[in-house]
Amino acid sequence: MEIALVLGMPLAGGLVLALFGHQRWAPEASAFMSFGTLAAAALLTARVIADGPMTALNEQVFVDPFNVFLVALTAFVAFTTALFSRPYMRTEEHHKRVNSARLRLYHSMYQLFTFMMLLTLLSNNVGMLWVAMEGATLSTVLLVSLYRTPASLEAAWKYFILCSVGIAQALFGTILLYFAAEKVLGPGGNALLWTHLHEVRGQLEPTVLSLAFVFLLVGYGTKVGLVPLHNWLPDAHAEGPTPISAVLSGLLLNVALYAVVRSKVLVDGALERNFSGGLMMGFGLLSVVVAAFFLSRQKDIKRMFAYSSVEHMGIMTFAFGMGGPVAAFAGLLHMTVHSLTKSAIFFAVGHASQACGTQDMASIRGLIQQSPTIGWGLALGTLAILGMPPFGVFTSEFMVLTTAMREHPWATPFLLVALGVAFAAIFGKVQPMVFGETTAQRQTHPPALVPVFVHLAIVLMLGLYIPPYLVDWYRQAAAFIG
Amino acid sequence: MALPLSGQIVNLLAALLLLLAFAMLAQRRVLTLIKLFAWQGAALAVSTAIVAYATGQTHLYFSAGLTVALKVVLIPWLLHRLIDQLQVRWDIETLLNIPTTMLAGIGLAIFAFSLATPISQMASTITRSTLGIALASVLLSFLMMIVRRKAVPQVIGFLSMENGLFFAATSATYGMPLVVELGVALDVLVGTFIFGIFFFHIREQFDSLDIRHMEKLKED
Repeated sequence: MEIALVLGMPLAGGLVLALFGHQRWAPEASAFMSFGTLAAAALLTARVIADGPMTALNEQVFVDPFNVFLVALTAFVAFTTALFSRPYMRTEEHHKRVNSARLRLYHSMYQLFTFMMLLTLLSNNVGMLWVAMEGATLSTVLLVSLYRTPASLEAAWKYFILCSVGIAQALFGTILLYFAAEKVLGPGGNALLWTHLHEVRGQLEPTVLSLAFVFLLVGYGTKVGLVPLHNWLPDAHAEGPTPISAVLSGLLLNVALYAVVRSKVLVDGALERNFSGGLMMGFGLLSVVVAAFFLSRQKDIKRMFAYSSVEHMGIMTFAFGMGGPVAAFAGLLHMTVHSLTKSAIFFAVGHASQACGTQDMASIRGLIQQSPTIGWGLALGTLAILGMPPFGVFTSEFMVLTTAMREHPWATPFLLVALGVAFAAIFGKVQPMVFGETTAQRQTHPPALVPVFVHLAIVLMLGLYIPPYLVDWYRQAAAFIG
Repeated sequence: MALPLSGQIVNLLAALLLLLAFAMLAQRRVLTLIKLFAWQGAALAVSTAIVAYATGQTHLYFSAGLTVALKVVLIPWLLHRLIDQLQVRWDIETLLNIPTTMLAGIGLAIFAFSLATPISQMASTITRSTLGIALASVLLSFLMMIVRRKAVPQVIGFLSMENGLFFAATSATYGMPLVVELGVALDVLVGTFIFGIFFFHIREQFDSLDIRHMEKLKED
């Protein structure tokens, strides 16, 4: 029941807004539907905490501690982003960058995108997971090219082609997985259900499964933005509307990583040696290092934070690759805090670039003078994402580093150097944007800064004190991932 | 061990599929490319139907029907309409080094066969020897997307990659569960529509469907 509500709200929202998305009240309606999704997700979470894992709809969808935590996070960030996009998109309309027809497309696709992500998370059928993931790409492609500028079209084309090709590899991986599973579970729908696969994972054919994992990792890894498959990511983030950058970075990358981790659990069960973990650690470490060195060369503010997302996805992939309860705990925590912090940063960045009329970092100056809230939002968000102590990002990165030191000491120098380089690059660029003489203009629509500070407050809280039920929840999920 | 007649026909169709993938790789004319794509879809549908007949898996008939409707009729028709409206019907792609591309393609085919051999030995299906061909046609379509510089051939490369994947699904296993196949087909259809919308936007902005114009976003 709750599951149907979680999936039904955004789907209904997408359909209703496809008809009425050009009305004045559409942004409020969109935020309202997102709030409904959040409420349903909260009910679902309460239910799972009380009753434990469950399946529904003929076993096609399921909830366990791992995905319910991501469902709650996705619904929450989707709601705050809908709040942020109210003034943001109105200002864009005021600047004549979008017209009412495109706003209708925007609101409708935003809801459908949320639906596709939630379906990916909740789907028990590995094949449907693939379908929903591709649906999430399809629903955002036209949003990346919303402004119809040459650069945005190019970015959207790249996003579409690269992600479709990537995800085609994941389909091949899924076929191989089905091929292995069919021998054990028999042909038919059951052989692709994750819960059934998980039960018989020890009997699955190891050679087929290792090949399947390579294809799944390359396929879903393209969407995670792992180097060298990350080419689409900075362009899509820089050229699309900022609310879309926020949900791409904060949510879609997480969902793609979720698919990788789900595949890893199955493969680890079938294989003796730590084949999947090694691959993930390699890809993760490469992403962290390469992205860190690209950061200092960026001129566009959204591009820079997109590269920072590549870096953080690399840290999470590395953490899940190491495996074990502590590293998996750290990976889950990092998923949460990165998602919250990065979307908060994009909210602040969106308002800042509207106030200054540019995304070029050299022309954004003295935000605090014109609007202290935007300026402080950006400054605090940057400190948080760089892993400064009181914030939650520090906690998770510290856990990843200490685990790495104990189990894979060779990797720690790379991680430390990359984190240091990233700090120098981002801090050096954000500091003059925040302080000094201002270039910002007053905004026609009051900026939505509540979401920024709510996100940062949660990240701060997670750095100082993680509530016991949350710890318990992470532990359960981490034990499950192993 | 002699193969039954149905197995031999499927093998023949698989060879045809691979041949068509090579032909698409070398084809410069957009119009012929669409025809080749439709033929590939037809070969896929016939082989799926034969597997269905030989094994009695009724849901494969459905899958074959879906392939005919989507990949032989609907998508080629949409593409024909598109190239008419965009007036690129008689486009011929220059700047394509066919001999080198073909050699790379042969290399990929050999790689695909060596990768698929250990797996197809485990398969119990009548079509098991065709898994290598399926993987080879996926990789050839991939190569086609890399070497092409125009938008329409790139998209056809993407769609033919989907053909290869469906063939892999019927040859390794007897097709994916129906709900998954329906979902994939829906994604392909929506994707084709979005590609179509895109072509118009790209043309509007760049006055051409040549994606060499779209290489501005680079790292400096």
